[in-house]
Amino acid sequence: MEKHLNLTLQVWRQKNAQDPGGFKNYEAKGISTEMSFLEMLDVVNEGIIKKGEAPITFDHDCREGICGACGMVINGRPHGLRERTTACQLHMRSFNDGDVITLEPWRASAFPVLRDLLVDRSSFDRIIAAGGFISAPTGSAQDANCLPIPKDNADRAMDAAACIGCGACVAACPNASAMLFVGAKVSHLGLLPQGQPERTSRALDMVAQMDAEGFGTCTNHGECEASCPKGISLDNIAMLNRDYLKASLTYRPEVESGGF
Amino acid sequence: MELKSNIPDGPLEQKWDKHRFDMKLVNPANKRKYKVIVVGSGLAGAAAAASMAELGYEVECFCYQDSPRRAHSIAAQGGINAAKNYRNDGDSIRRLFYDTIKGGDFRAREANVYRLAQVSVNIIDQCVAQGVPFAREYGGLLDNRSFGGAQVSRTFYAKGQTGQQLLIGAYQALERQIGLGKVKMHTRHEMQELIVVDGKARGIVTRDMVTGEIESHMADAVCLGTGGYGNAFYLATYAKGCNGTAIWRAYKKGAAFGNPCYTQIHPTCIPVTGDHQSKLTLMSESLRNDGRVWVPKKAEDCGKKPSEIKEEDRDYYLERKYPSFGNLAPRDISSRAAKQVCDAGLGVGPGGRGVYLDFQDAINRLGASTVAAKYGNLFEMYERITDDNPYKTPMRIYPAVHYTMGGLWVDYNLMSTIPGLFVLGEANFSDHGANRLGASALMQGLADGYFVIPYTIGNYLAGHKPDKMNADQPEAKAAAAAVQDRIGKLLAVNGKSTPTDFHRELGKVMWEHCGMARNEKGLEKALELIPEIKERFWKDVKVGGSGDELNQSLELAGRVADFIELGELMCMDALQRRESCGGHFREEWQEDGEAKRDDENFAHVAAWEYKGEGQKPVRHTEQLSFENVHLATRSYK
Repeated sequence: MEKHLNLTLQVWRQKNAQDPGGFKNYEAKGISTEMSFLEMLDVVNEGIIKKGEAPITFDHDCREGICGACGMVINGRPHGLRERTTACQLHMRSFNDGDVITLEPWRASAFPVLRDLLVDRSSFDRIIAAGGFISAPTGSAQDANCLPIPKDNADRAMDAAACIGCGACVAACPNASAMLFVGAKVSHLGLLPQGQPERTSRALDMVAQMDAEGFGTCTNHGECEASCPKGISLDNIAMLNRDYLKASLTYRPEVESGGF
Repeated sequence: MELKSNIPDGPLEQKWDKHRFDMKLVNPANKRKYKVIVVGSGLAGAAAAASMAELGYEVECFCYQDSPRRAHSIAAQGGINAAKNYRNDGDSIRRLFYDTIKGGDFRAREANVYRLAQVSVNIIDQCVAQGVPFAREYGGLLDNRSFGGAQVSRTFYAKGQTGQQLLIGAYQALERQIGLGKVKMHTRHEMQELIVVDGKARGIVTRDMVTGEIESHMADAVCLGTGGYGNAFYLATYAKGCNGTAIWRAYKKGAAFGNPCYTQIHPTCIPVTGDHQSKLTLMSESLRNDGRVWVPKKAEDCGKKPSEIKEEDRDYYLERKYPSFGNLAPRDISSRAAKQVCDAGLGVGPGGRGVYLDFQDAINRLGASTVAAKYGNLFEMYERITDDNPYKTPMRIYPAVHYTMGGLWVDYNLMSTIPGLFVLGEANFSDHGANRLGASALMQGLADGYFVIPYTIGNYLAGHKPDKMNADQPEAKAAAAAVQDRIGKLLAVNGKSTPTDFHRELGKVMWEHCGMARNEKGLEKALELIPEIKERFWKDVKVGGSGDELNQSLELAGRVADFIELGELMCMDALQRRESCGGHFREEWQEDGEAKRDDENFAHVAAWEYKGEGQKPVRHTEQLSFENVHLATRSYK
């Protein structure tokens, strides 16, 4: 049944990367329980714009939980309290009349705040560019059924590939580690025969980039899996560790010519 | 304006092969001297940018999102068609070609569609090589399913996330080229203007969405893969950021706009709950395989709980009207039927805009666990949004806008009427005619990006000397100044209504008069209302904040301003197309409630030419000739 809520929002406002930022309170009145969380923010923003002020800025796009654009810390939890849910798929019926809701951006040095709740996640793109791919230039592929893949491996690869790159894992981690994100990609590609030729360099290059971006290391808190809207498993971190260790032991640097 | 389709001569099956031989090539050592701009990083844009960089061109790619991986191709659920015939069930390139032409209600070019069917097989190979985890069988080979009413199993899929996986494949190929320094990626940049020098597309003006800086980027050719314009309806299954600005700016610089009125309305979406609604969510069409669609027979029952309405008081209207196809009637037919019953006051849920999709019979027949295995994730998604449990109470669904078949007019080489401006994927008027079949959008986006533009761009560039033109050109300066001026105007109005207020108002007009069913009176009414909205917008819009900062209110204002104008053109086109075809249903042209095409007068593409502010655009036509298929009437009774 539709109800209407009066809420108080404590929102992190920060004009740009240089601004120190701070919390500001907003009243959200008459919010329908049928609204999504982001629609509630839309309503608040319409009021702010009508006052001539800059609206609360946050990333969002598909609003159906698949693009990975949205993400904010809601009452201390990335994407809010509901499990396996992106902020855009959270609905106001999860809240009660009179609630005070605190909204913060992802907090990680590798995700600098650009404005309010919106952060720069381009470090994730650079990690992918460092090795999160299979080199298969357009046109070079053989027939798709030439290489059978055991169903189980294909399914596990799919589970890892379901990562939406939202960054909640980093925001939830006390070390701001990106190991779940990197592990998911290393698993996705490493479980497939097509991913084998670059498996060694992939693990090394992605981890090197992850370190260079300033992400922390994994100390097995498991907060990442708990806050992941797609339920990406910690097993992927185990696979990354295995691949990385193996790669570190077997890696041979490229030589100028010949080799042995 | 001359519309030269540049379709190669010769038999249908040999056109693309012959054309590939006839096209000029750029010497491998010279490719790096050419710069190509790609706007958009979805399936078409990312595939094009990666593939052209692999060939050796210098590529710059732009997207409005924070990462190229977020483009809305990612939200496609069902699958991608390819004429692989792995099922041995009689599929072939010719059959995929025929199904696509017929599905489009005979309003697409034969040669383009045939090429699409030809390269469909290469797409699957390419994606598998990239590591796209398509569904597989226990023997390790690829699985298929039938989709969208096709009589063969030709759809490849990755759970319900096919678009996501295909896009990640293209994104990773693109990131690889970025890492190699072959593609320069500009995220959070929105194209605001096209730069045309000496009649050729030579660059774009962008706004850096973080700093507000206006920048000019020059190149030897420009490719737009910027998606569709369904957000003109405000409520749609599109992402919130999807917009028509790039193609609209190109249209105003001389690119013809093809068939703007062709929009697809998907029958199974979650209904609107109130004015706060910001977007609509699609529920996969596959649900209609086991769900039965109904409404109460009597208006007084509409407020009751569905369980309180007796079997004999329910109208299973699709089964009644289309006994042979029943609940599986095609998208356009099912959508219109839902509208008709709701217009008759028999709709259910808030505002009476919904119909039931009931799984009770399927649960009784198959058991709840079998139904859960098939549709569990969709039921969960539905419950999350609506708080209703579809195992216990019927889903409520209603049609929503989710694709535009229209777009910028392009020739066989995907080049618009502006030389050097290429348009890919949903942004062009495409290969889908008046109606797109399920699982064909992903196919077309990737076909254009991976396997068409890498060839045809070479043919264009071979006849163009790379000159490293810089942004000091007067045309570039004028374009950048126009962008500054427009932003200044938007900020200066300082009225009372927000951009969203206007967007919502436009959407209501579009949905009412240019939606599932259209008629002359309604369209003429819309053509009075929309200019009035436009006038009010520029007098009363209120944009918060300033231009030299990250300002989402300003971004939206610019997009809404363009949607208002685009919406007007959609209505003009819908008014002029005096027939019913595919997604375009004109109430005056029907036979026993079904769409009635007029092949004699309307077997053509309508391409609109911009004539300047305040001037009426001019409608040109490209006659479609059908030499390989017979123009049949679609019937589903």
